[in-house]
Amino acid sequence: MDWTWFHRFGSPPHLYGLAGRLTPWFAWPSAFLIAAGLYGGLVLAPADYQQGDGFRVIYVHAPSAWLSLMAYTWMAVAAAIGLVWRMKAAHAAAASCAPLGAWFTVAALCTGMLWGKPMWGTYWVWDPRLTSELVLLFLYLGYMGLRSAIEDPQRADRASAVLAIVGVINVPIVRYSVEWWNSIHQAPSVMKFGKPSISWPMLTPLLIMFVGFTLLFVALLLVRLRGEILRRERHARWVAEVVAG
Amino acid sequence: MSSAVSCARLVIGRDLRLAFRNRTQLLHPLLFFAIVTTLFPLALTPEPSQLRDVAPAVLWVGALLASLLAIEFLFREDAQDGTLEQYALSGRSLTWLLFAKTVSHWLLSGLPLALMSPIVAYGLAVSPAAMPGIAASVALGTIALSLLGAISAALTLGIRRGGALLSLLTLPLAVPLLIFGAQATARAIEGASLVAPMYFLAACAVLGLTLAPLAAAAAVRISLE
Amino acid sequence: MSDFLSMGGYASSVWPSVALTFGIIAWNIVAARRSFAAARAEARRRLAVEGSP
Repeated sequence: MDWTWFHRFGSPPHLYGLAGRLTPWFAWPSAFLIAAGLYGGLVLAPADYQQGDGFRVIYVHAPSAWLSLMAYTWMAVAAAIGLVWRMKAAHAAAASCAPLGAWFTVAALCTGMLWGKPMWGTYWVWDPRLTSELVLLFLYLGYMGLRSAIEDPQRADRASAVLAIVGVINVPIVRYSVEWWNSIHQAPSVMKFGKPSISWPMLTPLLIMFVGFTLLFVALLLVRLRGEILRRERHARWVAEVVAG
Repeated sequence: MSSAVSCARLVIGRDLRLAFRNRTQLLHPLLFFAIVTTLFPLALTPEPSQLRDVAPAVLWVGALLASLLAIEFLFREDAQDGTLEQYALSGRSLTWLLFAKTVSHWLLSGLPLALMSPIVAYGLAVSPAAMPGIAASVALGTIALSLLGAISAALTLGIRRGGALLSLLTLPLAVPLLIFGAQATARAIEGASLVAPMYFLAACAVLGLTLAPLAAAAAVRISLE
Repeated sequence: MSDFLSMGGYASSVWPSVALTFGIIAWNIVAARRSFAAARAEARRRLAVEGSP
């Protein structure tokens, strides 16, 4: 099999240029889709028969939670590629995923708490979703902490890559154990979402939001990726040409 | 094969000898465990029924923090005096050597904690019938914890003041162990069957046995680069 | 309009959630651009000091 495309794709100058060219193609559709999804979710979708208009938090909560998990997975995949093929650009991508993922984890946590207030009567309940989201935030913070604690950038890349891979194996175990724990200490949860009874007019804006948030994430990732590539390649000749222009 | 086993035996023997030569360091995590679990009745209540309710949490959080204290020293001295570098250059599998080191670490920290946990549990008004279950769950849980800690310890090698970072890396990963372990202890105290949480702990330990030494070896190599 | 703003009594949940999420999105856009700009400025400065490699 011919792997030259892979190395060409991973070569920093190529990826730097590609990321720059692709960014608007992700940013503008994402802005459009998020605007449409928000209008659909807050205005067009009918109120839920149990939760009334309170369920509309889902249109910002669920996509944030999705991004928080997706970012961790992408980070681990990029880290593994970087570790196995010693590809600098992949490490740069992993480094760019972490702050974005951590921020969207914060968004998912806070919106989950705001949603919980009317549903549970309190901001914080040890609900399995919220709890595993909190653990995920700690995993992100640990990853970023390790990265910033190691001074040599290449060592930081490789050590944090090992941590990301260990973490991504651990995330489903944490999720499962937290759900098991919750099933034992059964606190009857009033919150019901993700049930199949959700109707199409409710679901369509949600799906639009999912796609919009994913595109937004890619756009943000590409912008950060270019910066991370420049930091790793600062001694290269192509950087001088790009930056001087 | 036999050379691999004798190699592991040498590593474990060396670690045990060194540890017994420096006994106080060995005792610190155990002492910490004893003190932390003493603080709870003082802060909470001497009422036996209430102590029994919080006993699983106290035992497991105490054991978790105590073994975290021990994990800090898992590779540190060997990294400082160059032993780890020798291991990496020895031509033997570094994964296997680190596995042996983790085993000796468990023998020196996890096993004593497990043996001590019935005494601590007795102080928390737990009935003696629950002791075998408690000791077994702590023993099994600390196996997985030592393996997990080996990864974090290897990752934080060479970082100045890595102790706080070590906790930040290890504790979120140890959440499943805490849940299953505390549940096993709670069931032992109630006199219920421990099978389910013990299976989960064993599954975590097996996963750790297969993957953690590999990850730790990768991390040690990175720190030596 | 005021019906829409009151969100059927859930205004205190829905609007802060939306505001917070979009605040975080806005901050991430700013932070990502800043991070890239900082990397480029750093490369430029290095180039000015050390000359072309």
